[in-house]
Amino acid sequence: MTSLELRVLLFGRYAELFGTESLPLRLAQGATVADAVKALREQPAGNLLPRQLLCAVNLRQVAPDHPLAPGDELALLPPLAGG
Amino acid sequence: MYLTTDSIEPARLAERMVRAERGALVTFVGHVRDHHAGRQVVELEYSAYAPMAEAECARIVAEAERRWPVGIALEHRLGTLAIGEVAVAIVAAGGHRGEAFDACRWVIEEVKRTVPIWKRERYADGTVAWVDPTAPGGAIPAGQPHEAPR
Repeated sequence: MTSLELRVLLFGRYAELFGTESLPLRLAQGATVADAVKALREQPAGNLLPRQLLCAVNLRQVAPDHPLAPGDELALLPPLAGG
Repeated sequence: MYLTTDSIEPARLAERMVRAERGALVTFVGHVRDHHAGRQVVELEYSAYAPMAEAECARIVAEAERRWPVGIALEHRLGTLAIGEVAVAIVAAGGHRGEAFDACRWVIEEVKRTVPIWKRERYADGTVAWVDPTAPGGAIPAGQPHEAPR
């Protein structure tokens, strides 16, 4: 079974939780954002992520059912606090 | 570029928007406040997902200029800010005050709603927290920073 590799970016509090701002993730072909989030929740500190997560793929906010492609940049966005 | 690590100068931003046909310039300036949810703030740090934040700001400016007959200038600060420093400045310049006020208000609300920027506050008691508008109390205690924010 082929797999897809993507880069996960973490910001703010989430970067603190994981102790890194970026990590690689390997998923099964056809995986969605929800699958990626599920895999991240299984990593150390991943259980501390909130139930509702704001996600962006390649700089655009997406829904959990958004399909992922090889090389995608998935960003986990903590609650926004600009302005 | 809408994000900057340099001080923001709202007056200069406004000057850039002056045109003969623009009779109304509305400027919104957000300053760093010395308190949040009952706690005394001594400084704060803004970080961003910079490429996405730039793209979102560009989208907001373009959308405002499409909805109203105005020109928009927008700057948001990143990095460490002291109390009273300018965090964000928006100028809406149009023929008349109605569209300028409306567009300016819309832009600041949209910036808060969609631009990926985060704020970490340092309090007088030495503690640090991530501002979370969705959390009860408005903030979540921060752990040890592992490296400089971007």
